[in-house]
Amino acid sequence: MAEKEYAYFSGCSLEGTAKEYDTSFRLVMKTLGVTLTEPEDWSCCGSTPAHTVDHVFAAALAARNLAIVEKMNIGTLTTPCPSCLMAFKKAHLGMTEDEAFKDQVNELLDEPYEGGVISKSSLQIIYEDVGLEKIAEKVTHALPDLKVAAYYGCIMNRPPDVAQFDDPENPVAMDRVISALGVEVRDYAFKTECCGAAFGVPKRAMVNELTYKVLSMAVDAGANCIAVACPLCQQNLDLRQEQVNRAMGASFNIPVLYFTQIMGLAYGYSPKELDMDKLVVSAGPLIKTRIPIAEYRAMKEAEAAAAKKTPKAREAKEAAKTEES
Amino acid sequence: MYKVYFQTYEMDTINLSEKTNWEFIEQVQKESGENLSLCYQCGNCTAGCPYTNYFDYPVSMVMRLLQTGQKDTILNSKAIWLCATCETCTTRCPCEIDVAHVMDTLRIIARRENKVSEKDIKMFYDAFLDSVKRFGRIYEVGTLLTYNIRSGHFMADADLGPKVLTKGKIRFFPTKIKGSDKVAQIFERFRTKAKKHG
Repeated sequence: MAEKEYAYFSGCSLEGTAKEYDTSFRLVMKTLGVTLTEPEDWSCCGSTPAHTVDHVFAAALAARNLAIVEKMNIGTLTTPCPSCLMAFKKAHLGMTEDEAFKDQVNELLDEPYEGGVISKSSLQIIYEDVGLEKIAEKVTHALPDLKVAAYYGCIMNRPPDVAQFDDPENPVAMDRVISALGVEVRDYAFKTECCGAAFGVPKRAMVNELTYKVLSMAVDAGANCIAVACPLCQQNLDLRQEQVNRAMGASFNIPVLYFTQIMGLAYGYSPKELDMDKLVVSAGPLIKTRIPIAEYRAMKEAEAAAAKKTPKAREAKEAAKTEES
Repeated sequence: MYKVYFQTYEMDTINLSEKTNWEFIEQVQKESGENLSLCYQCGNCTAGCPYTNYFDYPVSMVMRLLQTGQKDTILNSKAIWLCATCETCTTRCPCEIDVAHVMDTLRIIARRENKVSEKDIKMFYDAFLDSVKRFGRIYEVGTLLTYNIRSGHFMADADLGPKVLTKGKIRFFPTKIKGSDKVAQIFERFRTKAKKHG
C-alpha cells in the first residue's frame, strides 16, 4: 500500500496551549505510516471572530491557506482543530458553489484559490483513511484502567452538509478508534453538547455552567477520563476545571486527554513523549497501570484458566467480595 | 444541581403595517442567502440551543422577529452575540434553514451599524483579529492581554497564569510568519472595499 500523505495544518492553538495535541498526533501518524507535510508560512484560519465581521473576509483568511495547499499538489488537507476545519470547509463550499462569492474572496487574496483542496479532520483521516484494522494492528500496550467518555464537541460533525463526516447527533468515530485500541469506552450522552467555546474569556460564568454539564455527564456515564479532539474543548474542560469547581461547588478531578494521546499510549510512546505532563488534571494514576499487550493477554488468560480450574475457589472469592461490599 | 429556568417574555403589541422594516428582511435574506419565510416556529432550534438560558430572545423568537422586520430589537439583542455558532439549530431545523448562518449575518450587520450589545465579546474577537493582522497567527497571551487592557477586566483569567506557565503551555513570544504582510493586506483590502461600498 502506498504511503498516505496529507498537508498538515496544525493551527495556532497547537503551537501554544494545545502543544500536546500536535506532539501526539505527529507521533501517531508516524506509527501509522502517514506522511504529514506542513504548508509553508500558513496563517490563522480566522476562526469564530472573523465570521462576525464579514462572510467574504472570513473566507479570505481561510482561503489564503487553501491556496497555499493547492500549490503543494497533495490534494487533501488535514487539521486536528474543528474550528480551523469548519473555516476551511465553509470557505471551500462557498467558493465552489458560488462563482461571484469566489471572485469576491479572491479579490482580497494575493494568490487565488481555485477550489482544489479537500479538508478533513484528523479524526476523519484516522477513522476512514487509516481504518480500524490498522489502528488495532499497531497496539503494543494495554490501558486497563481507562474508562473513556468520547467528547466530540459541537462542530466536528455539524452541520452535516458541511462536515460530511460521521453522525451529527451520535458520532461514533472516536468511540470506535478508542475501542480498537482495546480501551474501554462508556456510553456518553453529551458527545456533541457545546462546552462554551470561545466565551471562556469574555463570558466565563456561562462557560463554567456549560462545562459543568459536560463534565457531570461524563462522570454519570461511569467514565474516569474524557477524550477530546478539539483544543478549545480541552481548554474549557481541563484548564478551567478548577474554575468550574469553584463556581459550581463541584469537585471534579477528571483528566481530559486528546484522543491522539490515548492512541500514543497504546502504541507504546512514553507519557513524556506524548506531553502528558501538559495536562492540568493529571492522567498519571490512570495510565500508571499500562502494560505490554502480550503480558496483559497472558495475565487475562491465566486469570481465566485459574477461574476454570477452581470454580469453588472462584465462588468463594466472589462470595467474599459480596460480603465486603 | 441543575438550575431550572423559567423565563417569561413580555409581549409587546406591534402594529405590523407600521413597524415592519421590509428592507431589513430583504437585506438579511440576501446577505445570508436563507429564505426566512420558511420558518414555521416549531421551536426545535430553541429546544436544542445550549445558550438559550442566557439569550434575551430565544433563537426561534429571533427568527420570528426577523420575519416581522423588527430590526432594532434584533440588532440590539444580546442573543445574536451570545450565540457561539455551535450549529445545533442548523443541524435540527426541519425546514433546512441555516439558522446559525442567519445569526452570523445578524452579528455582521450589527457590527456594521455599530449596535453591539455585548461589548466584551466584540472586544475579545477584535483582540483576536488584531493578533492575526499583526503576526499572521494567533498569539494567545497577547490576545488575552490586549482584551484585558481594553475591556478593563485586568485580571480576567489571571488565575490560569500559573497553570499554563508551569505546564509550559505558552510561548513568551509570538511567531510572526513571513507572509504576515500578506495577511495584513487581506484586512486592508477588505477595509478599502467596505468603505467604497459604504
